[in-house]
Amino acid sequence: MTHKDYSNNTKIATLKASSSLKKGYMVFLIPGVLLFLLIFVFPLLANVVLSFTRWSGIGTPVWVGFANYMKAISDSNFWASFKNSLLLVIAVTTIPTLIGLLLAGFIFERIIAKFGRGIANFFRGGFYLPQIVPVVVLGIMWRWILQPNWGVLNLSLKAVGLDMLARNWFGSASTALPSIMMMMIWMQIGYPLVIFIAALQRIDPTVYEAADLDGASWLQRYFYITIPLIRPEIFVVVLTTIIYVFKAFGQVYVTTKGGPGQATIVPSYFSYQNFFQRSLVGYGATITTVLTIIIGLVAVGFIRMQTKQEQEG
Amino acid sequence: MLFPFALITNNSFKTETEYYANGPYSLFKSLNLDALKKVWNLMTYSIKLRNSIVISLSVALLAIGISLLTAFALGIGKVKGKSFFIVFFLMAFLLPQEVLVYPLYYLFKLVGLYDTRLSVIIIISVLYSSFGTYFLSSVFSAFNRELIEAAELDGCNKLQLLFRIIVPLSMPSLSILFVFFFIWSWNEFFIPLIFLVSNDNQTITIAMAMAQDQHGTTVTSQSAAALIGVIPCIIFFVLFQRTLTKGITLGSIK
Repeated sequence: MTHKDYSNNTKIATLKASSSLKKGYMVFLIPGVLLFLLIFVFPLLANVVLSFTRWSGIGTPVWVGFANYMKAISDSNFWASFKNSLLLVIAVTTIPTLIGLLLAGFIFERIIAKFGRGIANFFRGGFYLPQIVPVVVLGIMWRWILQPNWGVLNLSLKAVGLDMLARNWFGSASTALPSIMMMMIWMQIGYPLVIFIAALQRIDPTVYEAADLDGASWLQRYFYITIPLIRPEIFVVVLTTIIYVFKAFGQVYVTTKGGPGQATIVPSYFSYQNFFQRSLVGYGATITTVLTIIIGLVAVGFIRMQTKQEQEG
Repeated sequence: MLFPFALITNNSFKTETEYYANGPYSLFKSLNLDALKKVWNLMTYSIKLRNSIVISLSVALLAIGISLLTAFALGIGKVKGKSFFIVFFLMAFLLPQEVLVYPLYYLFKLVGLYDTRLSVIIIISVLYSSFGTYFLSSVFSAFNRELIEAAELDGCNKLQLLFRIIVPLSMPSLSILFVFFFIWSWNEFFIPLIFLVSNDNQTITIAMAMAQDQHGTTVTSQSAAALIGVIPCIIFFVLFQRTLTKGITLGSIK
């Protein structure tokens, strides 16, 4: 096949071709945008509108202005749900991320160096497995372990004579939320771990040369050089984890159903109760609207912070 | 870390008396399948398994299809307002599903698609395709423009460009998306919970979350219930390990 001679008419031809073809691309957007409008935009807007109404799901909604929002402000369940969510976000974002950072460093530096990739992959896979299993399956597994009468934890405590530490883990108000926290931390560790191990792989080993010459310890090296270098990944992990924990639903549904009392109520579950159990559709819409606004603000705020950092660094 | 999994595996093969007599740490005496069989039947696992497979496969394919078309326009065609579109689409993936559920519930009831697997497939595919669009359009943007322009000048129309050139070139990315979408939809809980009411339509995750009576009331049957929930995921994990790791690394960088 003869090699085409792209000489003088190339530029004109390319311009013509690309401008006429540019028009044709819009049509490929149509299916996606239509479906998107139907499944996302319309329901989102409808939900916001519903938050200003009182409705049981049948008949017609009644406009009540800000009444639902006023109700939310004086509803202790509303505040409890966001307080619990905040506690969960703090615990389940910081602890797994820190553990992930340390573990990733350890696996990357020590294990790969001494034992090779195979073992390292095994460890990484093991830690990551909970991320693949459905949240509700992990939930019933932990419900089984923490069962007050015959669960493994309490049986083990009794066996070593630590009876008094045994609790009704998911069933009593003082231990329910911490139990969910522990469960979610266990579930979450694999995510930052895998991302940070990948991040460590992209670091050029030569950046350590100066530090090694100065005789820096592994930990010093890790904290002062490595961690700042993987800041983009740390950022993504923190942002996505915060949003993920805020949305948590299945974990509460399958272990405590928001109880006992207000101990583990979270916004997602609270709105579910209002939509489908109490038939307070307008109020449920209010809760979800607030939740959405918060998540939206978090996302926007973080992204702004990151672009600013990228511009400086 | 993996200890809980070991526990449920070990104890699902015991009889009740074995568990109470020897404790949870003792190794099971024989491969007693009673607990597993009982739970399998109680929750009609084979039906749930079928539903989960059908939904996950359909979602993976449909979501990739939608993402391909949209990302093609944004990444290759460089339609105006590209970043606006992408952020817009990405929101669908970040925002809570609860904010969409009631209007969707009402809408699907209206058209008679409530309590069908199709409703779940459509909703989840559209939500996932927002991520797919974001992912693929950055992949496509990085493609060699000269190759595309050469193809255009050679006279191929856009459909040919898409299916003969872009798709084969992006197979690694498409396979990553396929694995992600399949696993994510397998694990979906909230949407199936709301939209799949009858026993015959429910997925494994719904069956898992149901009350104790579907899991049997004994310690071994409840352990078995958890175990049969975990096993498909372990299979996926072993099968898709490489693609998964590739994907997570790529995803985090983007």
